[in-house]
Amino acid sequence: MMNMIWLFLILVSFVCAIFTGHMEQLSQAVMEGANSGVTLVLTTAGVMCLWTGLMKIADSGGLTKRLAHLFSPILHRLFPDYPPDSPAIGAISLNVTANLLGLGNAATPFGLSAMREMQKARPDPHAKTANDSMVRFVVLNTASIQLIPTFLGAIRMQYGSSAPFGMLPAVWITSFSALVVGIAGAYLFRGKKDGERLQ
Amino acid sequence: MSSSLTSFTAYLIPSVVVIILLFGMVKRVPVFETFLAGAKEGLHSCVSILPSLIGLLMAVHMLQASGALDLFTQWITPLATQIGFPPEVTPLLLLRPVSGSGSTAILTQIFDQCGPDSLAGWTASVMAGSTETTFYAIAVYYGAVGIKKTRHTIPAALLADFACGVFAVLTTRLFFGQ
Repeated sequence: MMNMIWLFLILVSFVCAIFTGHMEQLSQAVMEGANSGVTLVLTTAGVMCLWTGLMKIADSGGLTKRLAHLFSPILHRLFPDYPPDSPAIGAISLNVTANLLGLGNAATPFGLSAMREMQKARPDPHAKTANDSMVRFVVLNTASIQLIPTFLGAIRMQYGSSAPFGMLPAVWITSFSALVVGIAGAYLFRGKKDGERLQ
Repeated sequence: MSSSLTSFTAYLIPSVVVIILLFGMVKRVPVFETFLAGAKEGLHSCVSILPSLIGLLMAVHMLQASGALDLFTQWITPLATQIGFPPEVTPLLLLRPVSGSGSTAILTQIFDQCGPDSLAGWTASVMAGSTETTFYAIAVYYGAVGIKKTRHTIPAALLADFACGVFAVLTTRLFFGQ
């Protein structure tokens, strides 16, 4: 599906540029876009390594296991294939915690570790197809479950809002509802269950 | 309330760092060595997501530069207005799933033109706070483990984004409606 979408985005851009006469801008955008991928990785590399380093300490000290235990009632339902004390659930717990706290730049490295652990525990660790748990995990991360969107509050304050964090109750209801819809979608659209047995 | 939240923000990251380090110290973890081993894994993560990001950001930049996003926005604005979407916010509906920096730019533009406490400003704030950059997460997470077939991830994630737009309109009406 990523193949189709990528192709679609690029073809649509090309055709549009013909009609809008933006071919020169498009030509620039090809180069800029590719470069900005590298810039993004380089500018976030330090923070990424910082969090994976701290994560290792939390793992070795057993902090991750405690968090996993705390979230186990929910995580057990969403990811029944992975046992509560598995490294995958540990990394997922860290990812959920970082998301809730609004540590966006920590959520990504923890999420990537979770994906790697989930992949490692599969019958075929080189499988090219996502399993049901991975789909639910990625959907969880495309919906925001942040308790306090600090960045957003900061921008609102900067533009002179009288209540920079006034949107919080509405954000909580909206993000929770959207997450429920997304997870429901992940169950509804999965078609045949992947039938994968782990461990 | 806002000032205490601002200081919460300032305390958050240093506190998390200190709590993890203290915990490691109590559990007699060799903290620096362990940190180095973990940081090395982070470097590996950076390399593994690089190709997906280059591909994705190239497509997103092309979409914006070609004017395709403006065209789509024009098409869906009448439809979105029908379900109660402020017309200023419709670009966000399209851009939010594909580009984080792009949607921040739209958000500040809305704040600049309508004010952050207008109906459009509130709707945009709720939308921006309630969803992540969908395609970024999909490309990066699957790219890092070499998964090619994402199955029903994209339909489910886009359904969540659509629901986010609908609920943003509803909750904004509920909390800030005239």
